[in-house]
Amino acid sequence: MSEQKTSQICIVTVTGKDRVGIIARLATTMAKANINIVDVNQKIMEDYFVMTMAADIGQATMDMGQIKKQLDHVGRQMALKITIQDENIFKAMHRV
Amino acid sequence: MRISVEEVFETVGMTLDHHFDIRTVTLGINLKDCMDRDLDWLIRQAQARIVEKGQLLNHCADALEQKYGIPITNRRISITPASLLLEPLPRKTITAVKLAKALDAAAKKADIDFLGGFGAMVQKGATAAEENLIDSIPEALSETERVCGFLNLASTLAGINMNAIVKIGHVITDLAHRSEKGIGCAKLVVFANVPEDSPFMAGAHHGIGEPDYSLNIGISGPGVVRNVVAQNPDCDLTQLSEVIKRTVFKITRAGELIGRELAGMMKVDFGIVDISLAPTTSTGDSVAEIIEAMGVGRMGCPGTTAALALLIDAVKKGGAMASGNVGGLSGTFIPVSEDAGMIRAVRSGTLSLDKLEVLTSVCSVGLDMFAVPGDTAPEIISSIIADELSIGVANNKTTGVRVVPVPGGKPGSIVHFGGLLGSAPVMKIQTKYTSAKFVERRGRMPSPILSLRN
Repeated sequence: MSEQKTSQICIVTVTGKDRVGIIARLATTMAKANINIVDVNQKIMEDYFVMTMAADIGQATMDMGQIKKQLDHVGRQMALKITIQDENIFKAMHRV
Repeated sequence: MRISVEEVFETVGMTLDHHFDIRTVTLGINLKDCMDRDLDWLIRQAQARIVEKGQLLNHCADALEQKYGIPITNRRISITPASLLLEPLPRKTITAVKLAKALDAAAKKADIDFLGGFGAMVQKGATAAEENLIDSIPEALSETERVCGFLNLASTLAGINMNAIVKIGHVITDLAHRSEKGIGCAKLVVFANVPEDSPFMAGAHHGIGEPDYSLNIGISGPGVVRNVVAQNPDCDLTQLSEVIKRTVFKITRAGELIGRELAGMMKVDFGIVDISLAPTTSTGDSVAEIIEAMGVGRMGCPGTTAALALLIDAVKKGGAMASGNVGGLSGTFIPVSEDAGMIRAVRSGTLSLDKLEVLTSVCSVGLDMFAVPGDTAPEIISSIIADELSIGVANNKTTGVRVVPVPGGKPGSIVHFGGLLGSAPVMKIQTKYTSAKFVERRGRMPSPILSLRN
């Protein structure tokens, strides 16, 4: 399925209370699945720590369902809400 | 330009907090080439196609749900109007019922919750096969679980078929008494100017002007719109319209993207995006609550019609900018039983059947999912339908009626249908005076003149 794909950018979003090691933990999880992190942004919005991460899963060793499971696992352990969605949905909704 | 954190969170918030979802993906399937004088052959062909495509639809929709993180809540199938398939077959009720049961079995096997198209276009007159289908509706829809029926009884070009409307009054009454709480009637919609490509049940069918397959998509976001209206409590109405437009633009674009990709994966034509705001019984996912957030004290009180007109206009403008394929009903659904705010309005007395009818003159779709006492005379049901379809015919737009006479139901009592269909307060109907003599005249009300607009 993913052999010919060279690049598929997904946006990972993280919300929750800020603490040490969030980015480190996510980066490790992604590196294990051969996911390349392209961009990271973070802010405090309405008392929440929010972070968005653009990640290229084109060469990943897992499919999207498995990646999602891994992220959910991290989310549960660190009490964070983590989602992953293909970048195109944001482009469609926010760019004319 | 990379998407900003704020933009990402706006989208994520829509799905996590405000019930934004792709309400339905509906695959239209042409079955005209399966028509035959042998019912069993027709059934085998139709079932094979429905099961194969239905399973594929579910499989592909699951994959896209995962990819984009937006729930695709319902996966449905609409077919060529069943009356056409019955044309070459014996004019016996049992034939139509057998077909309905076969469609039901195929939908179940494909894990499709509703299959639409058990219906006919009879706005001008009915063939013998169409009469047969209409006669079979009480049995066919009460003895199947997933099959939905539609009838087009009027159009702006043909006028209003009062013969069929009189008949359908009896059909609806019969269907109500054959099913628990009248629930079978939730699967039947009668229309004026029915669209051929609506993805929404119960009225969906795959029209005769459609290709072999057509993937239609219904987005939904009353919760999203309500949230954005609530965040702008003091802006003027022009500004409010702008705010709604922008939001609907965004959710329609999401629908368009997912619909196109799904059609591509299935190798079928992409049909339309239906931009209707479709409420659910979940808290906050209510059209009535949008109207109330706009400043109307309670859905149904004076001011409601104006607010609804503004809302639907903004929805259409935002949707039309977002997709070149807007179609289907693309109105604002105001089903009584499926919207917590509507139920509240009926119970508190601000929303009567009369006001509901007025509201349908500014938003398409019509009188939807409202309950009446089970002992309501068939002529009264026919009269309600005639009134509603006249609004559609005269205003050159779609209107429909989905009425549930609840056996034993008294005005003011609540009937719980459960699941997607919610619960409905039984509405009071004026029965002292009736129009039985008017509808019983039968015949066809001529099509209206389209110039000299009032």
